[in-house]
Amino acid sequence: MSRSRKIALVGNPNAGKSALFNALTGARQKIANYPGVTVERKFGRVVLPTGEPVEMTDLPGAYGLDPTSPDEEVTSKVVRGQFPGEAEPDVLVIVLDASNLEQHLVFAQELLSLGKPTVIALNMVDLAERDGLVLDPEVLQQELGVRVIPTVAVRRRGLIELGEAIASAESRHAGPGITDLGQTERRVAAHAMAEAAILSESKRHRLHARLDRLLLNPWIGPVILLALLFVVFQAVFAWANPLIDGLEEGMAALSDYVTAILPAGLLRDLLTDGIIAGVGSVVVFLPQIVILFAFILAMEASGYMARAAFLMDRLMSYVGLSGRSFIPLLSSFACAIPGIMATRSISDPKDRLTTILIAPMMTCSARLPVYAVIIGAFIPARTVGWGIGLQGLVLFALYISGIMGAFLAALVLRRSITRGEASGFIMELPKYQLPRLKDMAIGLWQRGWIFLRRAGTIIFTVTVILWVMLNFPKAAPGESQVDASIAGHLANGLAVVVEPIGFNRDMALSLIPAMAAREVAVSSLATTYAVDDEDEAQQAVDLGNRLRNSWTLPMALAFLAWFVFAPQCMSTIAVTRRETNGWKWPAFMLAYLFTLAYIAAGATFWLATAAGL
Amino acid sequence: MTLDLLPIGRTARIVTVDWSALVPEEARRLRALGLEEGAKVSLAHRGVFGGRDPLAIAVGRMTVALRRAHASAMTVELLEEVSA
Repeated sequence: MSRSRKIALVGNPNAGKSALFNALTGARQKIANYPGVTVERKFGRVVLPTGEPVEMTDLPGAYGLDPTSPDEEVTSKVVRGQFPGEAEPDVLVIVLDASNLEQHLVFAQELLSLGKPTVIALNMVDLAERDGLVLDPEVLQQELGVRVIPTVAVRRRGLIELGEAIASAESRHAGPGITDLGQTERRVAAHAMAEAAILSESKRHRLHARLDRLLLNPWIGPVILLALLFVVFQAVFAWANPLIDGLEEGMAALSDYVTAILPAGLLRDLLTDGIIAGVGSVVVFLPQIVILFAFILAMEASGYMARAAFLMDRLMSYVGLSGRSFIPLLSSFACAIPGIMATRSISDPKDRLTTILIAPMMTCSARLPVYAVIIGAFIPARTVGWGIGLQGLVLFALYISGIMGAFLAALVLRRSITRGEASGFIMELPKYQLPRLKDMAIGLWQRGWIFLRRAGTIIFTVTVILWVMLNFPKAAPGESQVDASIAGHLANGLAVVVEPIGFNRDMALSLIPAMAAREVAVSSLATTYAVDDEDEAQQAVDLGNRLRNSWTLPMALAFLAWFVFAPQCMSTIAVTRRETNGWKWPAFMLAYLFTLAYIAAGATFWLATAAGL
Repeated sequence: MTLDLLPIGRTARIVTVDWSALVPEEARRLRALGLEEGAKVSLAHRGVFGGRDPLAIAVGRMTVALRRAHASAMTVELLEEVSA
């Protein structure tokens, strides 16, 4: 049986490769990582018009075969058949942006010099025409010696012709003169070819220039960016609420159902208190993650993301980062997991590592339940003047502490552990485009699935382990289960460690299950203080009362300070391990963030005590 | 004159580039984006904060963002203003 042929889509970034890939494969695509690197491998099956099934790969965008980033290295190795475990592609489809020919033909010539069967997709010809640029594919075909098919991926124009050309693409010899050209010669040739292919050209991209004049305006640009961010935050925190409530109700219903059909016992407890409660506490963040990603994907697809990076670059450069770190850090306010995943767009490895290491300090939504309960219990609901509430002010201070901590950490890291050549900021500002609903839907589905799969594996495992630690060994009659459990004994040990920063044993105990996810600290405290109320709002009120009776204000403040920094999130650690390919950096992250948390909580406790609070 | 001093909206040609002043990877990336000797460029936008960094350079039909530090390694000669 012969294996199906492999087709690789290759081209410059922003050539519309992914849109073409989506149009060709539809939903029949898979996404994974190339082994050993955190570069996404996208592939899918396509049936050519001849009936031949082929495997198509969307290679990461590159500017040349001489790599300057991990993405480009993958592309460069795969097209030459040098990537271990990855079969050499049988046919290359070079994707060119019709309105950026002069630029994209440089890489195209380099690819053609490989001498492989090749077809060229002259993509986005409609946008070029809208810009007043009419091209003659025939001229390019003659110059390059391979089939050139005009396509508009998003309107499915030219796809059948492209499929036919792929089916009939033959091996060829790289024409003389094209093989051993240097970069400069290729550029000169690209210029000549692009000029020759232009049938008519009018004044170029007015719309883009006008949008840039507005969005990159030194005064209006940042205001628009801030307004947009405000909308994103509103959406993530407000629009997601009904969906989160729905999911929580669903989890509760599922739990009730299991309780109803299973006899009381260990298995039932494991399913309801362990798995459904634990995995459920993470799955409820799905709406926020999907909404956040919808905005991020729309910003990326429209071309605005690069402008946001442009506007923020200078501010980020003060702490040794670049504009590219802005979006991952912003995403981390919803959840550090998508934030850390978004660092893949940072080409400089040390920039990227620094961004990953500081991302957990951005106040994620899982901290909010903890903050809300403690602030509600200990900070009086009064104003401090000008209509500013004290509770809101404390919450704001917690957010700011996280940001300041992150920036200070970046500053220190960039001067020590992740020191490197001053990382620059060089990026193409792509043309503006209306995001396509279908591409957005595919992107959202992939992101959501990655998140759910993680909830189903890592978080599932951790949840079960925690449940076992809290439920074994079984307590003797009259003894509290928590005290008798492994976790209880651990808490006794932990209490000695956290005593100097003002934490009592109950606080220490709540930190253990909160390793799975921070907000579990709340339910754990509720268990410890024997608050048993189905209604969550009532539970918070009751818990507040009990906390006020057992904690002092300095203790509560120290607890808040702890949660600003403490890396209490298994999923973040797991995703860091995956994105950095090993345990070294997640271990470092745990160590430095716990140290920071310890110092911050201790300082808060002793300062507050000294101030007589 | 170096590229970072080019007034907004003016077009110039890159005459020389001091590649040694740039990190090799960044030099390669700039070349790949078409920013090298002989390229016709214009300064489209400047950033907001401190020293109006970074810069947005129009080269061909593309706009490329880079920092002043990169632009100052590129010597340019002003081209005559062509009426739009």
